[in-house]
Amino acid sequence: MENVYSAIKVTENVYWVGAIDWGIRDFHGYTTPEGSTYNAYLIMADDVTLIDTVKSPFKDEMLSRIKSVIDPAKIKYIISNHSEMDHSGCLTEAIDLIKPDKVFASAIGVKTLRELYHNQHEIIAVKDGETLSLGNMNLTFMETRMIHWPDSMFTYLAEEELLFSQDAFGMHLATLERFDDELSESVLEFEAATYYANIVLPYSAIVLKTLEKVAATGWKIKIIAPDHGPIWRKNLGWIIELYKKWAAQKPANKAVVIYATMWHSTEKMARAISEALAEAGVRTSILSMNHFHRSQAAYEVLEAGALVVGTSTLNNNMLPQMADTMTYLKGLKPANLIGAAFGSFGWSGEGVRDLEAILKEMKVEIAAPALSIRNAPNKGALEICQELGKTIAAELKNKLASS
Amino acid sequence: MKKYVCAICGYVYDPAKGDPDGGIAKGTAFEDLPADWVCPVCGASKDEFAPE
Repeated sequence: MENVYSAIKVTENVYWVGAIDWGIRDFHGYTTPEGSTYNAYLIMADDVTLIDTVKSPFKDEMLSRIKSVIDPAKIKYIISNHSEMDHSGCLTEAIDLIKPDKVFASAIGVKTLRELYHNQHEIIAVKDGETLSLGNMNLTFMETRMIHWPDSMFTYLAEEELLFSQDAFGMHLATLERFDDELSESVLEFEAATYYANIVLPYSAIVLKTLEKVAATGWKIKIIAPDHGPIWRKNLGWIIELYKKWAAQKPANKAVVIYATMWHSTEKMARAISEALAEAGVRTSILSMNHFHRSQAAYEVLEAGALVVGTSTLNNNMLPQMADTMTYLKGLKPANLIGAAFGSFGWSGEGVRDLEAILKEMKVEIAAPALSIRNAPNKGALEICQELGKTIAAELKNKLASS
Repeated sequence: MKKYVCAICGYVYDPAKGDPDGGIAKGTAFEDLPADWVCPVCGASKDEFAPE
């Protein structure tokens, strides 16, 4: 397999030497139907430098790509921009094989790597704004804490006007194409938005500050090289503007109706609410968590203004699919939403009450009282559901008008 | 009143601003924050904070 994997040239002196994971489908709870890539980069400066590594099982693929350019033993420095295991999983083995002079990470990166791998390799902490000379080229480091881990940092290569952005601007998309201009914009937007919603969203306030911080450096950037998915060499301005839009979390004229159902009664309610929302001119997505995955729900909520959630009551609880989805969504901290809870029940009805409580914890503004219906909804009950849809639509319009 | 910095994520608690989302009123000193108060950005506990 030695000669199967080659490096891909990014600029005159920078090569992509990562790995393609066609098979991964579960990224700590985020479903990745298109697989992913773990991007590592080789800088062929006087002092040859490797930026990040790959997930552990892909070490040989990375080394093979490096070998297509240079003997790995000639790598002098390794930089770890992000300690998460999909980028550091083979770092220890890579250090053993390559024996670089020095390995660098942010101060928190050093601590995290030590706590993950418990080995004696020395990793040197770099400070925010610190530079490293590679002889004929220079790297500058920028801490980007909480995008999306405390250790995260960017590395900027001035001579190639290239920003290594680790997980920022990334996406889970396995392709043989390595650059954004080789893929359609609709695919890029969908995958980047899904990634943002599932990984970056909780730290949106920091994203806005970091974008300002990068702009204030005056760095010229013609390439953004993330740790997953394609390298941005054409649509840089576009993806940065999308990040600003997603981070701003402005409510849009869109409702997402998310529910789980036992015997289709809650589903009938969800359908009636959704039809009324759409009829009132609100773009509406409806997701049955009996069929959809939580990461699809996160994607839909990213650009929503209303979150309407429903569940049947099972053994005095909400359905487990909704507990799963709500736990996940709560952690992602979507902001500026209005919402309501609904559902059918047989004899007690705690599920809807508990859903509404989670909406409140998520700081979702309750647009209408929770709606519970005993057993299957009749014509009158479905009309009440339609009224709920209309009320939410009206409240959303008010909110959009005042924001 | 002193500002305090989160050692994990770098968030700065400013007593003049409080933490409105966490139910902390303006003018609340860091020392007076409840023991179960957490960093609004990363969720770290109070003992991760140090004076700025």
